[in-house]
Amino acid sequence: MTAATTPAKSGVRSVPGAPLLELENVKMHFKAKGEGLLARKTQWVQAVDGVDLTVQPGETLGLVGESGCGKSTTARLITRLLEPTAGQIRYQGVDIAHMSERKLRPYRREIQLIFQDPYSSLNPRHTVGTIVGTALRTHGMVAKSGELSRVQELLEVVGLNPEHYNRYPHEFSGGQRQRIGIARALAARPKIIVADEPVSALDVSIQAQVMNLLESLRKELGIAFVFIAHDLGVVRHFCDRIAVMYLGRVVEEGPRDSLYEKPQHPYTQALLSAVPDIGVVRGVPPKNRIRLVGDVPSPVDPPSGCRFRTRCWKAQDICATDDPALIERAPAQRVACHFAEPPAESILAETA
Amino acid sequence: MSDQTPGAPTTVSRVPRESAAGEEAYLEVTDLQVQFPTADGLVRAVQGLSYSVPLRRTLAIVGESGSGKSVSSMAVLGLHDRRVARITGSIKVGGREIVNMSDKDLEGFRGGDAAMIFQDPQSSLHPYFTVGDQIMESYRAHNNVSKRAAKERAIDMLNRVGIPNPKRRVDQYPHEFSGGMRQRAMIAMALVNDPKLLIADEPTTALDVTVQAQILDLIADLQRDFGSAVVFITHDLGVVAEIADDILVMYAGTAVEHGPVNKILGEPLHPYAWGLLESIPALTGEPQPLHPIPGSPPSLLAVPSGCPFHPRCEFKDRVPDDWCTTLRPELVPRTADQGRTSRCHLKEPDKVFATEVLPRLP
Repeated sequence: MTAATTPAKSGVRSVPGAPLLELENVKMHFKAKGEGLLARKTQWVQAVDGVDLTVQPGETLGLVGESGCGKSTTARLITRLLEPTAGQIRYQGVDIAHMSERKLRPYRREIQLIFQDPYSSLNPRHTVGTIVGTALRTHGMVAKSGELSRVQELLEVVGLNPEHYNRYPHEFSGGQRQRIGIARALAARPKIIVADEPVSALDVSIQAQVMNLLESLRKELGIAFVFIAHDLGVVRHFCDRIAVMYLGRVVEEGPRDSLYEKPQHPYTQALLSAVPDIGVVRGVPPKNRIRLVGDVPSPVDPPSGCRFRTRCWKAQDICATDDPALIERAPAQRVACHFAEPPAESILAETA
Repeated sequence: MSDQTPGAPTTVSRVPRESAAGEEAYLEVTDLQVQFPTADGLVRAVQGLSYSVPLRRTLAIVGESGSGKSVSSMAVLGLHDRRVARITGSIKVGGREIVNMSDKDLEGFRGGDAAMIFQDPQSSLHPYFTVGDQIMESYRAHNNVSKRAAKERAIDMLNRVGIPNPKRRVDQYPHEFSGGMRQRAMIAMALVNDPKLLIADEPTTALDVTVQAQILDLIADLQRDFGSAVVFITHDLGVVAEIADDILVMYAGTAVEHGPVNKILGEPLHPYAWGLLESIPALTGEPQPLHPIPGSPPSLLAVPSGCPFHPRCEFKDRVPDDWCTTLRPELVPRTADQGRTSRCHLKEPDKVFATEVLPRLP
C-alpha cells in the first residue's frame, strides 16, 4: 500500500480512488472490573463491536441510536481520541487506527470534532481569539502577523462579531458558544468534521440557527460531516445517508429517504415510530406506535446472535444462533436482520 | 407491562378529549409574579401569569430556557425559598391558597394532593437509600401505616409503573436502575399518595425516544386511572402534540398564547409560536431550509419594554404607532374564537398565519 500512496507536503498521504473515510470492522472494548464474586475476573464493555462505515468527500453521514449504542465512541475513534482494539480506520486509504501521535498530527488537522456541550468544551481561561487561534498556531497555518485577521474572519463566518475576539467564553450565550466551537473546528480547514450532538444542548430557536449555519458551511466549503444526534428530525434534515446503531453495531444504513420511508430493521421501525410528531394536530392521522419492551441489554454481556433479538417481536430460533450480517436489501440500503422487510404501512404519517 | 417477553408490537394512538368548557378548575393560577432580588438587580422570572387546569386534563407549558415555565410550576408546589423569592398573586389548588401557606401546611400538601416529577431522576433520587425506602417515606409521611403495609404499597406502585420483578427491585438502590427505570421509580414515588395534581417538569427530556414513548404512555394511562390534573412542562412540541389537551406558550416570564392543543399547534396566532414551528425539521417531505427566530431570549434582569418579544419579531413593522415597543399587549382572544387567547398587537393574525407563515413551515 505504501507504494501507491502519494506523500503530500502536509504530511497526509492518500491512496488514489479511496473514499475519504472508511471504518472496517472497528472494535472498541473497554476494560471493566467485575462485581462481587467476579471482582477478580476482567470484563470487557463492548462499546463498539464491529462497525463498518464509509464517508465520501463532501458527504454527510448521520449516526443515530440511543444512549449506550456506541455512537459517541465511534466519533472518538474516527477522531482518534481513542485507539481501537481491532479493525481499520482508513483516511483517504491510509490506516490511522494505530498511528503514532507524531505521525497522526497532520491527520488531526483534517479531521475535526465539534462537541455537544458548549459550556465544558471551551477553556474558560482563554479568550475566544486564543481558542480559535490555537489550531492556526499548532498547524502553522498562518504567519503570526496574520493570525488575528484570520481569527476575525472565522468569527465572522460563524456569525459572531469579529470585534469580540478578546472576550471570554462566559460572556457568550449557549448558541454563541457553539458557534465558537464551530469556528475552532473550521480554523484547521478540515476535510471532515465529526459533530457529536452539536445542537442537542440548545433551545429550539437557537438550534435552528446553528443548523442553518452548519448547512451553509457544508454547502460553501464542501466539508464532509459525520453528524451524531438522537433527534431523528434533525438528522434527517442534515444528512444524505444515515446509519442506525444498536448496542455497538450498525443495524441499518441507507440513503435518507429510503431509511425514513421504508426502514427494514425492526429496531429502526420502532425508533421512528417512537418519535413524537406534531403532524397529529394538523389533521394527519395518528401513527401507530411500536412499543418496545424492556431496556437495552448490557454491553458487557450482549445477547448471542442478533443483539436486538431480546426486544424484537420477529425473533425466531435462528436469531439466537446466527449473527445477521449487514447486507444490501434495497439499493444502497444495508440491513442486519434475518427477517428484514419494509413496514406494511408507512410509519411516518404523510403530510398533505 | 412487567412481561419481559417480546410480543407483537403494541400499537397506541391517542384520541383528543372533549373541550374543557364548563369543567371546574382544580388548579387555578391568577396574576402570579415571581421575582428574585439579586446583586445584579431584580430578576422578573414570572410576570402576571394566569391559567387553570381541571381534573382529568393535561396542560402543557411550552417555552425555552428562562421563559419561567419551571419557576412558575415550582411556585405551585410552594418550592421556592421565601427568603429569596418574592411571590405575589394567587395559586389555588382544590380551593386552597398556596401563596403564603405556612410551611407546616405545605408539608402536608406536597406529596399528598400534589406531586412533582423532575427532569433528572439521577439527581432527584437519594443515592444512599433504596428505591423502596424513598417511596415508603413519602407514603408514611401522609398515611399512618406500618412499615410492612408501606412496603406492600411500594411494591404495588413499582409494579404499576411497569418495573419488572418489583419484589426484588424494591430493595435496590437507584444506581442499580437504568435511566428509564429510575424515571418510572420517580413516577411511582410521585403517585404513591394518589395526587389530584401532578406536575411533570421535562420528565422525558433526559430519556431516549423509545423510553420516552413508554413514559408518555405510562403518564397518560395513570392519569386516566387516577383522574388527576396534569401540568406537563416541556420544550418539545412533538411531545406536546401527543400528550396535551391544552397549551400555554411562555416567553420571558409571561404567557403569550393559550388554547386547545390542535389550535395552538395547528394554527397559532403569536409570532413566537410561529417561529417555534418554523424551527423544527419535519420527519417527512423534502427538507426545507429552516426559518429560525433571530437573536436569543432576553435577560430577565432587563425584559424589553412593550411586548417582550418585539426585538426578535419580524411582524412588528405591521403594527402602527410603535405599540410593540411601548405598549404591553394583553392576553385576550384575537379572533372570533373565544376559546383561545394570544398576547400580540398584530391585526388578523389568523390570516397572516394562513397566507404567509403556513406555506413556509418545514
